Amino acid sequence: MIIKGETLIKVENLQKHFGDNKVLDGINTEIHKGEVVAIIGPSGSGKSTFLRSLNLLEVPTGGRILFENVDITDPKVDINRHRQKIGMVFQQFNLFPHKTVKENIMLAPVTLKIMTPEEASRKADELLERVGLPDKADAYPGSLSGGQKQRIAIARAMAMNPDVMLFDEPTSALDPEMVGEVLEIMRELAQSGMTMVVVTHEMGFAREVASRVLFINAGNIQEDAPPQEFFASPKNPRLREFLSKVL
Amino acid sequence: MWENLQHEFQRYFVDNGASEWWLNGLKTTILVTLLALCIGVVLGFLVALVRSTHEQTGKLKLLNAICMVYLTVIRGTPSMIQILIFYSVVFASIPLNNIIIGGIAFGINSGAYVAEIVRSGIMSIDKGQMEAGRSLGLSSGQTMKLIIMPQAFKNVLPALINEMIVLLKETAIIGYIGTVDITKAATLVQSRTYSAFVPLISAAVFYLALVMLLTYFMGKVERRLRRSDH
Repeated sequence: MIIKGETLIKVENLQKHFGDNKVLDGINTEIHKGEVVAIIGPSGSGKSTFLRSLNLLEVPTGGRILFENVDITDPKVDINRHRQKIGMVFQQFNLFPHKTVKENIMLAPVTLKIMTPEEASRKADELLERVGLPDKADAYPGSLSGGQKQRIAIARAMAMNPDVMLFDEPTSALDPEMVGEVLEIMRELAQSGMTMVVVTHEMGFAREVASRVLFINAGNIQEDAPPQEFFASPKNPRLREFLSKVL
Repeated sequence: MWENLQHEFQRYFVDNGASEWWLNGLKTTILVTLLALCIGVVLGFLVALVRSTHEQTGKLKLLNAICMVYLTVIRGTPSMIQILIFYSVVFASIPLNNIIIGGIAFGINSGAYVAEIVRSGIMSIDKGQMEAGRSLGLSSGQTMKLIIMPQAFKNVLPALINEMIVLLKETAIIGYIGTVDITKAATLVQSRTYSAFVPLISAAVFYLALVMLLTYFMGKVERRLRRSDH
């Protein structure tokens, strides 16, 4: 069974309202060190908003998020410092098109003076090796395929040595034949012990790699279970309906 | 034939102070344009930064209001009136070289147009770029400087070059504050020689040459920046 590490992120009564529209309606959960949490749910359910709240790209309208025991929703907190420890991978990759692949990876650690340019360069080479694209170091993102872009985006996030990685539908913008290579990198990352929170439509990935699966619907976590239980005997009727459509 | 040509050249470009007018005129046009370009680009970028920061975060309310007044007034009044106001009102009691007054006036004028060009460039960058920068722990200032601005600048360079060309030609009205630029030199030579054709065509050729020179250099800059496109 899964041995739970210490709590990395604690979410308390998280709310996000746009006027009368309650996108997140009081979410409570904890994410522990070493966990791989997959989040699934229908579109518009608030799952991306929830993920983006975890590093405050979306500013919650209520509740608290404790990251490494610091309430990052407190306006007095220096959010930039905490974001350095929270890697994020986007659906649309968001690589910097005016920088080479290697510059993309080195930019943040060097700018933030976490590494010297030499250290960052070594780290970038090591990460490029790890995502299988060492020959693309001097290429510009425009010349890469979608799958390659996403692998570079993962390497870029990892260059900061984050304590947790957030993935916002990392394979949804990819051609089907490129989904596999990105999931493979994510699988290796999970096996290396990285804490991951992944919003995804890849049920196979959720089933095989995740240690826990959350079903978010109507701004709430409606099911929270290990994958075997989640997929084999879902309790929530809305989840049963959802799974019957997607599986 | 040859002697005739030489004589004509003397008449339009050398005699009776003509050579001095033309040389001073060229010098004035170039200096005023360069000074105005520098002021305009710096001012334009600053205003664009204030405006887009305000649009994205709601901060800098007062500065944004000042920028709005600046844009409205400068874009809403003729540059001819502006330069006359600078010459006869703003700097009326300050002994300043006309070239500097002209440079400041045209720079402030151009800055308003540059500001809107640059702002359109900033807005053209996908918001995912800002999010990617911020999610890595960069501040919004760092993301702006390292991620957004370089891309925005590249996107608006053709429009900026256009504005520079307009500015260069716009300086032709500086004769109204008693400064000899290319246009003024042409009219002076015209009144001395009682002939319009050669001086006016010459002035046009000088402007054309300057614009082509400017376009050539900016084209080089643009090609350099396009290296990352595939």
